[in-house]
This record gives sequence, structure tokens and C-alpha cells, in this order.
Amino acid sequence: MARTWHELFDTGDDVPPVPAEAEEEPKRRGFFQRLRDNMVKTRQALGAELQATVFQSLDDEAFEHLEETLIYADVGAPTTAKIVERLETEAETGELQGGEDLSRRLRELLAETARVNGDRISLTERPTVMLIVGVNGSGKTTTIGKIAWHLQRELGRSVLIAAGDTFRAAAAEQLALWAERAGCDIVRGEPGSDPGAVIFDAIAAARARGRDVVICDTAGRLHTQQHLMDELRKVRKVISAQVPGAPHETLLTIDATTGQNGLRQAMLFREAVDVTGIALTKLDGTAKGGIALAIAQELGVPVKLIGIGERLEDLRPFDPDDFARAILEP
Amino acid sequence: MFDALSDRLQAALDDVRSRGKLTEDDVSKAMRQVRLALLEADVNFKVVKEFTAAVKDRALGQDVLESLNPGQQVVKIVSDELAAVMGGAGRDLAFARPGPTVILMAGLQGSGKTTACAKLARHLREEHGMDAALAACDVYRPAAVDQLVKLGAQAGVHVYEQGTGRDPVDIAEWAVAQAKRDRRDALIVDTSGRLHVDEELMKELGQLRKRTKPHDVLLVVDAMTGQDAVNVAEQFAETANFDGVVLTKLDGDARGGAALSVRAVTGKPILYASTGEKLGDFERFHPDRMAQRILGMGDVMTLVEKAERQLDERQAQELERKIRRQEFTLDDFLVQMKQVRNMGPLQNLLRLMPGVGQQLGSLQVDERELDRLEAIILSMTPQERANPSVIDGSRRRRIARGSGTSVQAVSQLVKQFTQMKKLMRQMSRGKMPSLEQLAGGR
Repeated sequence: MARTWHELFDTGDDVPPVPAEAEEEPKRRGFFQRLRDNMVKTRQALGAELQATVFQSLDDEAFEHLEETLIYADVGAPTTAKIVERLETEAETGELQGGEDLSRRLRELLAETARVNGDRISLTERPTVMLIVGVNGSGKTTTIGKIAWHLQRELGRSVLIAAGDTFRAAAAEQLALWAERAGCDIVRGEPGSDPGAVIFDAIAAARARGRDVVICDTAGRLHTQQHLMDELRKVRKVISAQVPGAPHETLLTIDATTGQNGLRQAMLFREAVDVTGIALTKLDGTAKGGIALAIAQELGVPVKLIGIGERLEDLRPFDPDDFARAILEP
Repeated sequence: MFDALSDRLQAALDDVRSRGKLTEDDVSKAMRQVRLALLEADVNFKVVKEFTAAVKDRALGQDVLESLNPGQQVVKIVSDELAAVMGGAGRDLAFARPGPTVILMAGLQGSGKTTACAKLARHLREEHGMDAALAACDVYRPAAVDQLVKLGAQAGVHVYEQGTGRDPVDIAEWAVAQAKRDRRDALIVDTSGRLHVDEELMKELGQLRKRTKPHDVLLVVDAMTGQDAVNVAEQFAETANFDGVVLTKLDGDARGGAALSVRAVTGKPILYASTGEKLGDFERFHPDRMAQRILGMGDVMTLVEKAERQLDERQAQELERKIRRQEFTLDDFLVQMKQVRNMGPLQNLLRLMPGVGQQLGSLQVDERELDRLEAIILSMTPQERANPSVIDGSRRRRIARGSGTSVQAVSQLVKQFTQMKKLMRQMSRGKMPSLEQLAGGR
């Protein structure tokens, strides 16, 4: 389970002293509290409904409400059906003895579904190259700024950002401001120039300056735009030709408000650039980001990071148990 | 991954005709398929429930069985009802006379507001002949003002901006005064993206509304939005009392059920759809087409319109004449190919065709193949293009070298073209070629 930054990132260093449990606990609750607080702001009936049923009984009505809750969380009909079916079987065989059992097992199943092997991010290569991809408006640029800040601050890694979005107006300017906040280098190209070339230059610069991590931004693109997906393939090829084994991490940003189309996004981006993890952004609204469960279930791609606000520190390692709780709790 | 709803209903209602009677059970079975299709399209759960209940009533009340195909009949009822819920024919903005018409744009982060502002400005200029301007009031997102200024330049409209140092409400008020002084016809106010649960920013949006007194407030909604669309729309309706919706990123393969949800819970119409990376990819919203899209039934109307926009009548007649007289040359072929490609990536066009979208799946159309064909034709002399039969071995080699392809590729193109001409001759004589002939092009 990734909880702290050190647990998420494999730095190759000796693991720093794990803070004592007593210190760890309040910090975690602090974050979770914050996430929950953010979600509580507009209280809709849905959460309350689940609470009312799940804790009371094991009848048809309970299952109906359970299904409703998962659908509302954007988990999607197929994944919801699988979970409900399994719980129904367990209820029939007597493994579940009442509403409380049901909600506990549901939470377990959700966390189990969300937990996928290989959910760490390795930083052992020098330089480690991270490629960030996603559809328009999913939060790539912001996520990059936050990752850079955390890597520099929490893990003491020197970061260089490659402004590979040469298409959108003012994208490089936006990224430059994030780089300034994070206190790291940025390599930019001319608007409209070849993104592969910009990233090539950035990696060369990172090597020359001895930077630990290169984070490559790319222009937002819909997964259905064939020529843009081809461009992305090319960018990836440029990177792996320059640094064997790179990119070491390819993160797909998915907006938590995304519905069932998120699965298509993950499928087509994975096909094009072999996505190794998901950054689930904008979880601070009322959306629950349940599509991440469908992605984990169907494609086996793990969520690694979540975005829960606009500030630099509002990016967190993903935790399946917390996520399962957040989906269900009002 | 998604089956067309029509196929599923077909399967669900397949045995109905043999039994000769449509029972309530049959309809319930069909409604389960409708429900799944709508959920896959991200229509809100509650909206789906109400909707299927309404459709069920109508389906039971009609002589569904009378029709040759009960499955298709139910699909039609569903599609009609969807279009009705989404609000009949499209509606226009409320234009102020005299101007400027002030349009306030609001929405979540990343929904596409800034791009939609520039597209709308261009649309008002091109389609309504208005002198539209933009106001840059997103002072929070880094470089958002830069982005709007650049997009404004691309769209050829003026942008009122005062950097990021001032309060966005003050900037907006100033921009409205400037637009009045400059006698603009319309002013589109870009605002920063905000979460519907962010009290402070929602309060600011209320202020923006109060102080700029917009004639229209538009909510920008990402077509890929899931169940949460309802919460977002309700909150924005409460704070900003928006008049209509701009649906963005419709060029993807999202079914766009959010459109239905938003309309159902707020009653506000969807006015515009944003459909591509270019500023011109912006159009009036068509509820009936959206209904078919949500159901996965393709969108023939959009295809026809795209074709109409690209091919003009005169050219089409000229082409027909050439085909009749067998004067169709490789040059004409080149022009044809270019026109079709102007309509957008082939992949997208195919997706608009009923049934094809699903079958296509992950099959990709290789646009580079078309580039190669173009290169080959462009490497030919005018004489060769008019009469490919003069192309001998040495010409073939020259053309292959010139176009960076192979001799085989050149031969194949010539062969295909000759066969195509033969088919055209048959068709112009009124004979429809057989499918094998059409398919046997290679």
C-alpha cells in the first residue's frame, strides 16, 4: 500500500526511518479528513442512502442501493455487476451475516479491485524519465508541477521539466510558472515545434546538468485522434532511443469526473504508449472517480497518484483502502 | 466494447414476433437493455430510471408489434423520447440590441472554457457577422490570460485584458464598459474554472453575474463527464442561473450522456457543441443527433452536412459529367480524395456511420496510405494523370522514385484506378455493380 511518498517511490536509497506509528496516524487522518471534508461540502442524498441501507439489512433493497451507489460513483455497470454478484453469492452462502458484514466486505472488495501489482514508481535510473499523457483538460500540467515539487521537497531529487506541449496556446508559459513554484529547471521549445525534439533537448540538458528526474509534458489529445496518438508514439520512441529503458514511468491523467469514457481513454493510451499508472485528478469535487476501479479491473493499470486540490501539496500517493472508504462514505 | 443498442434490443425482442404478442415482460426485458445502454453513456442513474419508466409506458401503449420489427420500433421510441427530453430544435442566444451582448462563460477546471470562448467569438463573427470581443477574467490559472490572448489573435477578435493583478469582477466590469465604448456587438467573458463546491469561487461567480449583467450565461460541460454532471449542473444553476450549455470534446468517442442529465435536472437547453481541435470546430447543438449518439446509432446527418460543406454543387455536377463521358482522370481522383480528407480524419467519418462505429472497434484507418497515393499521383506528369495507360516500366520506376514508394505500389494504384473507371462506366449506364466488384478493387 502506497501511503507516504517514500512508500510510493522506489528511490533505491535505504528506506528512511519510518516515522513512528503515532506520528504517522494523525498525518494520514489529516489527509483523509481533508479529502472527506472536500467531498462533504455539497451533501447529496446518495451517500446517506447507502449508509441507511448497508448498515441495516441484507435484503434486495440493500443490494439495489448498493448498486446505485457504485453506479453514482462512476464505477460502471460491468464492474458494479461483478461486485454485486459476488456479494450476493456470499450472502446466500451465509458468509455475510447482516448489514455491517455487507458494508465491510464491500469496502474490502473495492480496495481489492483498486489494488494492482506494480503500483510503485521507480526513481533508480539516472535520469529517470517520466512521460505524462492524457486528454485535454485532465490536469497534466498541474500534476507535473505538483510531482516536481514533491520530488524536490520530499525526496530530495533534482527535477527538470520538458515542456512537450507545443500545441496549446500558452501551455509552456503555464508550465514555466509551475516550474518556478517547484523550484526546478524547465526546457521549452518554440510554439508549434516538434514535441519530440523539445523532449530530446530536455533529456540531453538533464544529463549535462546531472538532474535526477525528467518529467515530460505532452499536449492534451483525445484518444480518438489517430494522428495525435501517432505523434505520442513517436515521442515515446524518441525517448527510448535516447535513454534505453525509458520512459521509466508513463502516467495517464484522468479527471475524476470522467464517466465510462475513461476506460476507453486508458485502453487507447495504453495501446499507444504503454501506460504504467494513472494519476486520478480533481478528486476534491463531488465526483468519486470510480472509473479508476473499472480501469484497474479491466486493464490492470494501477492508480498511483491522486489530485485533491489546487495547491502544490494537494497531490497524494494513492491508497486503495482510503479510496474504497471515500467511495462509500458520505 | 459497446454494442449498438439497436442490436441488443433486437436480441431481447427477437422471439416476440413468433409468439405474436408483446407482453409487459418483453418490454421490461427491452428496458433493461435501454437502461444499460444509457448507463454506459453516463446518463445519470436517477434520470435513467425516470426515463425508462416513461418509455415503457409509451412502448406498451403503442402497437409496437404492428411494425415489422419490434426491436427497431422500440429503438425509435427511445430515440424520439431522448431527443424530446434534450429539447426539440436548437435555440439561439439572446442577443441584445443595441449591443454589446454580454455572454458569461462558466464551468469546472479543464472543461474547455477558454477554448470555447474563442470558438464562440469566432462563431458569432463568422455566422452572425458580429463584432465579438473577449474578456480575460481567469486570473488564477497560470498563463490563462496568455492563452486567451493567443486564441483571440487566432480567431481574429479583440481581447480585453488587464493581466492577473486585479480582481476578476473588476476586470469584467471594466471590459463591459470598454466593449460598450468600442461599440462591440458581443463580449464573451472567460472566467476561471471552479469546483461547484468551492464556496468562495462560487460566490465570486455570483458577483460576476451581478456586476456584468450578462444577457446569457453559458455553462461549459465536458462531454466525457460521468454521473457527477448532475451535481455540477445543479450547483451552477443555483449560483449562476445559467441559460444554456456548451458541450465540449464531442470529437471523442464519449457517448455524452451528461448532456441528457444536465438537461433533465436543470431544464436548460444545450446550445452549442465543440467538436475538434480547430477554432472552426464549433456548431449549433442538435438534440436528435445527440440522441442517436447516446444510443450508439451513428450520426448520418452530421456526415451529410460535412460533405455538403466540402463539396460544392458545381463541382459535383462537373464530376458527374466527367464520369458520364469517361473523362475522369487521376487529377480528378486527387481532388476527390482531398475533399473527403478535408472533412476530417477518415476514422472520425467512419464513426459517424450507423453500425460502423461499433464494428470499427480498435481497427485503425491508415491515413498515411492516402498520403502515399497522393505522393504517387503528384509524381506523375499531367499526361500520365490524364491517361495512365501510357505508364510503362520506366515511367513506373521514375514515379516510384519520385514518390518514395515502390514500383508495385504504382502498379497497384494504376490498376485500381482502371477498375474504378470501369465501375463508373457501368454505374453511369444505370447498372449497379455487384458488391464483389466493388470490394474486388485490389
